[in-house]
Amino acid sequence: MFKRIMVPVDLAHVERLRPALDCAADLAKHYNVPISYVGVTSPSPSKLAHNPKEFGEKLGAFAKEEASNHGIETSAHTAIAHDPTTEVDDALIRAIDETGADFVVMASHVPNVMDYIWPSNGGKLAEHAKCSVMVVRA
Amino acid sequence: MAEEEDVSTGIPVPEGASDIIDTDYEIGQDNIEAQLGPFGLDIHNPVFLISGLSVVAFVVYALLAPDQAAAFFGWLRPALTSTFDGFFLISANIFVIFCLALIVSPFGAVRLGGVDATPDYGYAGWFSMLFAAGMGIGLMFFGVLEPAYYFGTPWGDEPLGAVRPFTEDGALIPENVEAAKRMALAATSYHWALHPWAIYAVVALALSLFSYNKGLPLSIRSAFYPILGERVWGWWGHMIDIIAVFATLFGLATSLGLGAQQANAGLEFVYGIPTNVTVQVLLIIGITLLALISVVRGLDGGVKVLSEINMIVAIALLLFVVFTAGAVGIFTDFGKTLVAYVQEVIPLSNPFGREDDGYREGWTAFYWAWWISWSPFVGMFIARVSRGRTVREFLTCVLIIPSLVCIFWMAVFGGTAINDMIANVDASAVKANVIDAYKPELSLFAMLDSLPLASITSTVGIVLVIVFFVTSSDSGSLVIDTITAGGKVDAPVPQRVFWCTFEGLVAIALLIGGGLGSLQAMVISTGLPFTIVLLLMCWCIFKGLMQEYKHV
Repeated sequence: MFKRIMVPVDLAHVERLRPALDCAADLAKHYNVPISYVGVTSPSPSKLAHNPKEFGEKLGAFAKEEASNHGIETSAHTAIAHDPTTEVDDALIRAIDETGADFVVMASHVPNVMDYIWPSNGGKLAEHAKCSVMVVRA
Repeated sequence: MAEEEDVSTGIPVPEGASDIIDTDYEIGQDNIEAQLGPFGLDIHNPVFLISGLSVVAFVVYALLAPDQAAAFFGWLRPALTSTFDGFFLISANIFVIFCLALIVSPFGAVRLGGVDATPDYGYAGWFSMLFAAGMGIGLMFFGVLEPAYYFGTPWGDEPLGAVRPFTEDGALIPENVEAAKRMALAATSYHWALHPWAIYAVVALALSLFSYNKGLPLSIRSAFYPILGERVWGWWGHMIDIIAVFATLFGLATSLGLGAQQANAGLEFVYGIPTNVTVQVLLIIGITLLALISVVRGLDGGVKVLSEINMIVAIALLLFVVFTAGAVGIFTDFGKTLVAYVQEVIPLSNPFGREDDGYREGWTAFYWAWWISWSPFVGMFIARVSRGRTVREFLTCVLIIPSLVCIFWMAVFGGTAINDMIANVDASAVKANVIDAYKPELSLFAMLDSLPLASITSTVGIVLVIVFFVTSSDSGSLVIDTITAGGKVDAPVPQRVFWCTFEGLVAIALLIGGGLGSLQAMVISTGLPFTIVLLLMCWCIFKGLMQEYKHV
């Protein structure tokens, strides 16, 4: 039914993403398709990496780990945003095309009053992406 | 199985070798991440809290004891600029020489962001953001005022003791006109060309080098790693960052308050809208709301777009003045100004054996302190958008080209204003508002009044003043947000909203309660400690480039 699943990951908060990651892995096994893990980073140094290259390496390592844990085929894709806080949605929408994914599984927090002002990334992606988006609540 | 060849897709080009500083410090390790009701927080402890509280404390002090604050800071600023004028002048000269030397030195080949990095922004977006962050407002305010002032000043502060073109009762002395105009334009260009841009370039270069090449957090303290070592993550670093936030926030808030008064004066001059606190508070609210939209849309979607729009409107106004005031005359003026600048820049920047105290202390030292107090903000913002350039390209584009643009701007706006004063000695609106009665906020509109379509261009002028404030306010909020998040550029959106709003509230509080002037004097006073900080930065840049040079 699907060809490739895209899973946005925030490497700083992997533990919070566990339900979505496990769900994506189960779906990948069910449909027998690969997963592309997408991380968004800024060109300037962040908590995780000094530069995008180092970030890419960490994301690659994460993808490998998921592959061996779940027995699925994975790849990693680094998207760069100058201002990640506000540009993460656009970067992810571009990443759907770049990875060639046709299904997105992503984690999202339980909505609160702030989501009326700033929609969550998952909500925004579901609204604008051309493919199917599954939002997994933490 | 992982597809290894896919691992680094998304990065256009590998970043290449650079000399990452090996520190155990992890960006964000001192941060407090919390969920405050619906708001996510990710702030540096203790920089965020101390900066915020000290800003509140100073506002309260200025509101509760306005006379004392005004008396103290009103004394402090001139005391600093007249005592340390030599220090400011020498330091600024060092920054210019340092930058020019780097352009021609082999270090110029070092690329910010690693040998294979590619520029994040194209030239148009980059230049627009350079100007819109920190200099645009000044160009609007001083473009007419300063040349016209030097040309006709009756207050004895002519640059280098230049001749006066007017007699005591305001009649023109034709043989003095050329010399006075030449010196007025050269002396103005001196304050807007190489020296201020070198000040910004030093900070910007230090931060981009230590952040993009050395992997340290994007924060002022990172530039001091070569001197302070690991101590930079402790109280030394906290102090540097707190003063930077403090100077940036007050610099923006007081400019916002004073700028609202200028825009209001313009509105009165053009539309007869009364000058009062209500209109000014509405203007500040409007500017802050626009800045909020911009920061929420982010760097590429908000700040950059707004800066580009701003630049297009500014160029349109510039071209309008060029062609309506006589293009041939203006290009001649530009040529003459450039020559005069080159001839006079050394005498003007020489701190010794001068007798023009009024100009040197009242204007030059004031400007240097002002640029330097803004340099953490503007420098950090320039750093944020300059990744991927070589040091040579960076300095050429941050130092040489903006200098030429500023000299051209001054030749156009100042030259036109001076020509109007010469042509209509008795009826010139510029002369009436700058020399006969000193109303600096009206100088731009008075000059536009002498050209055709004044009501349209004055409106454009007011819009530009407002939008330049928006572009300073949004980039400033991003800078403060990054510093107070310990160098993280991905702190939650509510934090930047907080700083942007806070800045507007401080401006409104000071506007209503009084104290804009005294707190602005205080901000300018921070220029003195920062001058020392910048001198040390030059040394750190040198050390950092030595290590990077190995990879070129």
